Amino acid sequence: MPDTIPRPDINPTDSTSQDGAYNYAYLDEQTKRMIRRAILKAVAVPGYQVPFGGREMPLPYGWGTGGIQVTAAIIGREDTLKVIDQGADDTTNAVSIRRFFATVAQVATTTHTEEATIIQTRHRVPETPLTDGQILVFQVPIPEPLRMLEPRETETRTLHALSEYGVMQVSLYESIARHGRIAKTYNYPVMVNGRYIMSPSPIPKFDNPKLDRSAALQLYGAGREKRIYAVPPHTSVKSLDFDDHPFEIETWTECCALCGSTESFLDEMIVDDAGKRLFVCSDTDYCESRR
Amino acid sequence: MSAPLLSARDVTRRFGGRIACRDVSFDLWPGEVLGIVGESGSGKTTLLNCLAGRLLPDGGSVAYETKSAGTVDVHRLSEARRRLLARTEWGFVNQDAREGLRMGVSAGANIGERLMAVGARHYGEIRGQAADWMARVEIDADRLDDRPTSFSGGMRQRLQIARNLVSNPRLVFMDEPTGGLDVSVQARILDLLRGLVEGLHLSAVLVTHDLGVARLLTHRLMVMQGGTVVEQGLTDQVLDDPQHAYTQMLVASILPV
Amino acid sequence: MPSSQPALRVSGLAKSFIVHAQGSLALPVLRDVSLAVSPGECLALVGPSGAGKSTLLRSLYGNYRADSGSIRVRQDETWTELVGAEPRTVLDVRHRTMGFVSQFLRVIPRVSAVDVVAEPLRRRGTDPAEARRRAEFLLGMLGIPARLWTLPPATFSGGEQQRVNIARSLSVDYPILLLDEPTASLDAANRDGVVELICQRRDAGAAIVGIFHDTDVRDAVATRVHEVVPPAPTAGVSP
Repeated sequence: MPDTIPRPDINPTDSTSQDGAYNYAYLDEQTKRMIRRAILKAVAVPGYQVPFGGREMPLPYGWGTGGIQVTAAIIGREDTLKVIDQGADDTTNAVSIRRFFATVAQVATTTHTEEATIIQTRHRVPETPLTDGQILVFQVPIPEPLRMLEPRETETRTLHALSEYGVMQVSLYESIARHGRIAKTYNYPVMVNGRYIMSPSPIPKFDNPKLDRSAALQLYGAGREKRIYAVPPHTSVKSLDFDDHPFEIETWTECCALCGSTESFLDEMIVDDAGKRLFVCSDTDYCESRR
Repeated sequence: MSAPLLSARDVTRRFGGRIACRDVSFDLWPGEVLGIVGESGSGKTTLLNCLAGRLLPDGGSVAYETKSAGTVDVHRLSEARRRLLARTEWGFVNQDAREGLRMGVSAGANIGERLMAVGARHYGEIRGQAADWMARVEIDADRLDDRPTSFSGGMRQRLQIARNLVSNPRLVFMDEPTGGLDVSVQARILDLLRGLVEGLHLSAVLVTHDLGVARLLTHRLMVMQGGTVVEQGLTDQVLDDPQHAYTQMLVASILPV
Repeated sequence: MPSSQPALRVSGLAKSFIVHAQGSLALPVLRDVSLAVSPGECLALVGPSGAGKSTLLRSLYGNYRADSGSIRVRQDETWTELVGAEPRTVLDVRHRTMGFVSQFLRVIPRVSAVDVVAEPLRRRGTDPAEARRRAEFLLGMLGIPARLWTLPPATFSGGEQQRVNIARSLSVDYPILLLDEPTASLDAANRDGVVELICQRRDAGAAIVGIFHDTDVRDAVATRVHEVVPPAPTAGVSP
């Protein structure tokens, strides 16, 4: 598979692409404007969940409609798009979404993290540090970090508004009481800019430190729940913990079987019927670049 | 202290055309336990909820002397401040412990919540304080990690009391704290409350229909009938020398044992 | 020695009972009662049964509500009026200055005899160990065997309960003591112990008002006598 595909050569003034009568980037201009307003509000209040008028997308809820709507609202012909799914560029969903935007937004696409201007991701943050000017778009299933503790939306909105986060600390306490440590390993709650508790989406806690003061802009889109939130560049993102049970990331005794990395997030793969296991970098681009 | 801890002036609350409580006024001083007695429908629970900021009165006002920020009008406070007050300087013990507990988390988490809500971040210390309070309310220490779903009614009530008192509140509102419990369980909790109220120099407003509970726990008593306070005074005086016809009838109605 | 300044001064005290269930008839019990008691004095209230002795005593404590008149106690070098006073004023006087020994112990479940006696001391801030020591001493003085000290008094005999009651009320050195038939349910031997205690308090400067049915006891403790006379019968007056 080629690494970087240049943008399709289509008359830029022809708004009807070869696939039919779609507006640029699929969404109509009013929708894009509405989403951009939501994004601006989200960036202005880091970590705060902004409701938006989510549209029907050509794929069901749970498949990244929120991330796609955010990407569609910000993408332009000069962008280069990378799409990853659990770190991989080559899963069915990553390929489908990348192809979708290549068609409706006529953008160049890539698998190289350093070459992308927009990276849409499901459940991982790229290993390669992001730089000024890059945008990371997260696909989010449940935007409300307190949802499992407090089912009422009216109440969680109030808790956020009043900074009443005792219930979250209670859940961490409970985890230690039951398991001897904070057992949450993904979707680990964070405090953004010292004000809002946010769900970083189901990324492994391994990736949480990458969010702290990242040079990139982080945008989070939840399609089913119709919420957008954001973390502007260089903003503090602190994983919640206790003084005597500090936040820790995962470690492996193995290294990547393909590239030898001891610093990336490793997936455990079963490679034959005898049950042989290999540990391999989850971030395919990172792994390839090291080989 | 030169100002009353809690002052009610002409507190009035209606539900549609029905008067639930009318023109209730009193001053509660530090260290006093005020009982509100009356039969069902007397308005006592409505009054308690108005005093505790849970219900907005239709008339009158409730003033509270805070620890360090002067006197505040309870119903003019922002919701944020009122909720903070309710978590720190106040306690509220519900008749049904389930309404005052998180049934899905452990006893220790329930007790520790107020501490965590105001910034406690050391698991060991929070757990230690929770264990300490479990002992004070006479719940076995080895139940610290058990959920209240596995507790008896009396244990849940004692847990609710601990959950409220861990933040060293100055004022505790109690709505029939022993209602619905077996007599021996009730005795244990009343004894516990007596000891805690005195030992911690708490002030309290206690709603009950049980004059025996009032005799045991309260210094002062207000008798409510049909939404109005028909008599108030020292508890032993109201019970031993009732002046109002309704109070006399109430006292005379107690079954001898 | 009795001092010149009274500790308790009553003037013009009046009280009626109105029983609403009985047609709201007003039954006057006290009318224009006046008396004064100084430190070191023990004033015995005497009079026929039903004359209002107990009512008077309870009114002094605030347990019964006086209709009019004045009850003043000496506290903090000043007079504190109890008639019409706010509850916290009366509670403060009861806490620091005035003790009451009722005829019957109000039994609280689960609390041991020694804790019943020690409670007023603890409430005043006395170290719990010291309070316990004094409580045990008093219980011993009043002849309650040590094996009963850790038991709640609910199962005690009437006489034992009364002695616990007395110990509790005398645990604190109140400047003013009100005693309502303190030896009523006691046998001769135990009576003597109580008399001894009362005399000790009196001689140490307490001002005491008491009802003593037993003339021997009265003669032993009282320094003066006050006759309580029922109000002259009038036609029943509805309020």
